[in-house]
Amino acid sequence: MEVQKFQYDNRIVRDFGIASVIFAIVGMLVGVLIASQLFSPAVNANLQYMTYGRIRPLHTNAIIFAFVGNAIFMGVYYSLQRLCKARMFSDLLSRIHFWGWQLIILSAAVSLPLGLTTSKEYAELEWPIDIAITLIWVVFAINFFGTIIKRRERHMYVAIWFYIATIVTVAVLHIVNSLEVPVSFLKSYSMYAGVQDALVQWWYGHNAVAFFLTTPYLGLMYYFLPKAANRPVYSYRLSIVHFWSLIFIYIWAGPHHLLYTALPDWAQSLGTVFSIMLIAPSWGGMINGLLTLRGAWDKVREEPVLKFMVVGVTAYGMATFEGPMLSLKNVNALAHYTDWIVSHVHVGALGWNGFMTFGILYWLVPKLYKTDLFSKKLASFHFWIGTLGIVFYASSMYVAGIVQSLMWKEFNPMGILQYPNFLETTLQIIPLHMIRAVGGTLYLTGALVMVYNLVKTVKQGSFVPNEAAEAPALTPDEHNVSETKHRWLEKKPVQFALFATIAVLIGGIVEMVPTFLVKSNIPTIASVKPYTPLELQGRDLYIREGCNACHSQMIRPFRSETERYGEYSKAGEYVYDHPFLWGSRRTGPDLHREGGKYPNLWHYLHMENPRTMSPGSIMPAYSWLLTQDLDTASTMAKIQAMQTLGVPYPKGFELIANEILQQQADSIAADLQRNKVPAEPNKEIIALIAYLQRLGTDIKITGK
Amino acid sequence: MLSTYLSAIDGVSAYPIFSLIIFIPFFLTVTFWVIKLDKKFLNYMGEMPLQDSNGSDEEGK
Repeated sequence: MEVQKFQYDNRIVRDFGIASVIFAIVGMLVGVLIASQLFSPAVNANLQYMTYGRIRPLHTNAIIFAFVGNAIFMGVYYSLQRLCKARMFSDLLSRIHFWGWQLIILSAAVSLPLGLTTSKEYAELEWPIDIAITLIWVVFAINFFGTIIKRRERHMYVAIWFYIATIVTVAVLHIVNSLEVPVSFLKSYSMYAGVQDALVQWWYGHNAVAFFLTTPYLGLMYYFLPKAANRPVYSYRLSIVHFWSLIFIYIWAGPHHLLYTALPDWAQSLGTVFSIMLIAPSWGGMINGLLTLRGAWDKVREEPVLKFMVVGVTAYGMATFEGPMLSLKNVNALAHYTDWIVSHVHVGALGWNGFMTFGILYWLVPKLYKTDLFSKKLASFHFWIGTLGIVFYASSMYVAGIVQSLMWKEFNPMGILQYPNFLETTLQIIPLHMIRAVGGTLYLTGALVMVYNLVKTVKQGSFVPNEAAEAPALTPDEHNVSETKHRWLEKKPVQFALFATIAVLIGGIVEMVPTFLVKSNIPTIASVKPYTPLELQGRDLYIREGCNACHSQMIRPFRSETERYGEYSKAGEYVYDHPFLWGSRRTGPDLHREGGKYPNLWHYLHMENPRTMSPGSIMPAYSWLLTQDLDTASTMAKIQAMQTLGVPYPKGFELIANEILQQQADSIAADLQRNKVPAEPNKEIIALIAYLQRLGTDIKITGK
Repeated sequence: MLSTYLSAIDGVSAYPIFSLIIFIPFFLTVTFWVIKLDKKFLNYMGEMPLQDSNGSDEEGK
């Protein structure tokens, strides 16, 4: 048999590793910054580019797509080459992938603080960046499948299956959720509206967690954990079942994000059932990972790499148990909109993604630099301070979530809300938010120690950019008479990818077909009218400032909510909402029935400085809204885009839109001036007030 | 309730049932395959991450 000599590309692995470490620090820093704003709003320095609403997406994007994303590529590029016994398909594509991805991150880092956002969680980036993501993802896919095709190993190890599922599913998710109509170069409206938009968004949001934060990391676990423990995975059989059941079931569970919202019962129940079923494959995977260490638990005591991985895999098990529990309606009724969810995702992010990445880095960097880790002691210190950070973070947020939720729901013996002022419930959990920030800081400190440790390791070693390797060429199929179908499948990457896609798509379609039927099945409410031009502009300011990061617009049909906020939300009220703005966390009160609750003056003063109207409020001041001019040049394009989307503005309305806008602005400004505030009609605040005063009033009108 | 709007879709209950009908045979087939796989092959696959390096990349313990 001919033995071929070739070289592994270690440079691309190293580069993605460096990027991952840098963005880990950046992302965590921003995390600590926004966490601090939740007990001390002044931390934003009264800069519009640093308010919670704008940089919360910066934190989530930096962690998910920059830190975790780069770590995925680092691990995939390292393990794929070795599992295929081949260099990456094209060095050029590797470079394009690397620099393209960093450029996307950079554009996110610039555009999000500027308030350029679609408002859809974890998909906030505007349409030109969406297109760039698609292109770079295709580059990655070509490079990936090209490598598999030219491999020198007949069979594909299970890690590669998880990578394949990741690549195809992320592509589907990204494209479907990012369909939008451009208004201008940096502004677009979602193709979908209201309930439908929410369904698509959380189908995406849920599966982004599954196929960006979970499946690639399971692939990494199946490769790096056996490597670090130096023993094969506990059960390869289990890993096959794990893979197919996970990718098949995961995608069906999306609706559990919308329990008790305007989603039909059956879809909620389906989401719940599949969420519960998800425990089986998830725990199968966790057990498979942990049992890989059978007979090697003594090593865990000395080896920081294994420590990180054990806690990482355990955190995966905890989060995947908690997830299905949270999808139970009665648990969800308590947990939704609270810090409990924040805790849940951070057990996943800090424990599973973070600790697995740290473990892999501590194992990989010495390998790439042909040396030993500079200090195991420091790595152990990192492990303990990181673990402590997670404990502080998770426990404080659990308590905060439950406390606040119970306060929201508390009635006194008279049948009146015990805490009618939302702010009371916020102030109650401020100390817990402080503890959370301490937890985050501890975790960040650990990461900084890691950076020092890795830099020292790099300095004492010597990097080998191209690592020599050899393997026999893959000869045409010889002796396989008794092959089972799965072995046939798993030798053919293209067929495999196809089957994985079908498995994923079936789940997607079962959920998506009713979603697309939904639109025509939501009864229109006669009194629900499209937004006026000024309200539309105000709504875009609401999106720009990321108000939906803290305020929901979805009143659930509970007495505790209808008492506090008013009539529960109807699906028909959202038919012109491109995009939907239901939110996911009530750091502040729900705003769906905000219209008409307070006079214009209240909103004006409240935006200027929330603490004048609500002492102790943690909302940032939005004083710039009072001084910045509203951009009316965009009105026509916005109305036209809405018309394209089927919003029934009369023909020719776009031409007179600014005139109508001006009239409404003048009347609001006049009202404010009567109340002795120097409001000018052309300022942004006027549009925002118009929007807030409109919220939820369509139904109130019919009531009269 | 809101859910009544959506349950007005014709035959909407077909979707969750359809999903179950596909999933169960699929799951059983995979399980069946996996049980049938021979030990030698499984060992070979399981060892793969440990066998994948050669040349200058000597593995530690």
